Amino acid sequence: MKQFGYSINPDRQIDYDLTDKSLLSFIVSFEPSLLSCISCGTCTATCTAGHFTDFNIRRVHTLLRRGEITTLKKEIQKCMLCGKCQLACPAGVNLRNLIRSIHVAVEKFNV
Amino acid sequence: MGKSVIIIGGGIAGMEAAARIAAMGKEVILLEKSDQLGGHLRKWDRLFPTRRKSDEVFEYLSNGLNDKVTIRLNIKINKIKKDDRHFFVILEDGESLKSDALLLTTGYDLFEAGKKEEYGYGIYDNVITSADLEAMFRNSAEIKTSGNQKPRRVGFVHCVGSRDEKAGHLYCSKVCCVTGVKQAIEIKEKQPDTEIFCFYMDLRMFDRYFEDLYYEAQQKWGIQFIRGRLSESCENPDHSILVKVEDTLTGRPLKMTVDLLVLLSGFVPSSDTNKLADMLGLLPGSDGFLTPVDEHFRTNETQVDGLFLAGTVKGPATIENTITDARSAAISIIKYLEK
Repeated sequence: MKQFGYSINPDRQIDYDLTDKSLLSFIVSFEPSLLSCISCGTCTATCTAGHFTDFNIRRVHTLLRRGEITTLKKEIQKCMLCGKCQLACPAGVNLRNLIRSIHVAVEKFNV
Repeated sequence: MGKSVIIIGGGIAGMEAAARIAAMGKEVILLEKSDQLGGHLRKWDRLFPTRRKSDEVFEYLSNGLNDKVTIRLNIKINKIKKDDRHFFVILEDGESLKSDALLLTTGYDLFEAGKKEEYGYGIYDNVITSADLEAMFRNSAEIKTSGNQKPRRVGFVHCVGSRDEKAGHLYCSKVCCVTGVKQAIEIKEKQPDTEIFCFYMDLRMFDRYFEDLYYEAQQKWGIQFIRGRLSESCENPDHSILVKVEDTLTGRPLKMTVDLLVLLSGFVPSSDTNKLADMLGLLPGSDGFLTPVDEHFRTNETQVDGLFLAGTVKGPATIENTITDARSAAISIIKYLEK
């Protein structure tokens, strides 16, 4: 078949009605302090991994809250669990346990 | 004969100023255009951040009105004149009222949410304003959609008519953020199974205990905050509402269905204020609200000798600040009368 060079981009829009929040519920029960996040980005500003890779824990967390979990497993591999983010967080989010919970969750839900 | 003060506007500021001036022995005539005192306060159920019943505040304000205060309801003002020493307020029926000082407490109007046509107020049944929701709290046991169902998901839209050059109001209305968070918590208390989303640009929780309310909303009630201003809403065949927003913290467009959409309407200068300002030769500020002579030192005085301002006629304010400002105006007026 003749190829015309056209393609269709996948939809970038988050359709909140369709995304999967089961992983989120599981993680919230593990680490409810993530609900206190005020999206200030202090965690990401101090993140050692974030200085050398595109790892952005604030954004990973926000996507998780929206039920966007396809990249989650790959993303959290970049964290070295140093815990600087947790020291810096003004809202008292237990970020190390959040990351640990995500590790447990992605195995359990096989994402 | 003792000196007297006419106060135009029987809302919170007018009532409190009347009470304070009367308590210091001056005659007060309190003029109100509607058939009751209290202004917007009467439309509230519970107040932020204390969750006090608004009726308690109204009762406190009413109790301050002693026999030195003459209350005149259903008043329409035709004209205001001033000579060297007195103000003459001429009513629609020709009656002329005379006083030594005049206080404007004509407050604000709520922004007409229908002007933001893209949000669908007045078009879709399940798009309501924060004032409509407050009326539901005041009047009924349950929050329901137009189809008489409990909403499973409710959205709150911040900054409706505020911080919006297209709406002609560049300023922040200050109290809508905390109103939205208060109302979101109240829906969760009544109907805990409801999912709630607040769509905001910045959360301006500026006053004491406001941030605590925000924290409670997130931590205790799981209310979710999505940073982004709605571009539009549309109605689904089942009368639920589809909202579109940029989730600016993930950098992606987002859509979701809500059963009820609440628009947090901002403050605009009241239409009567504009008319009265014209009669008195007062120039409003760039935002349309009236401005005192000096915003630090002479906060209730105007360019016109004997003419004072108090409350939200000067811009958006909390009830607490309005009451404090009315007391401040009372002191300035007494000082003026005794000069």
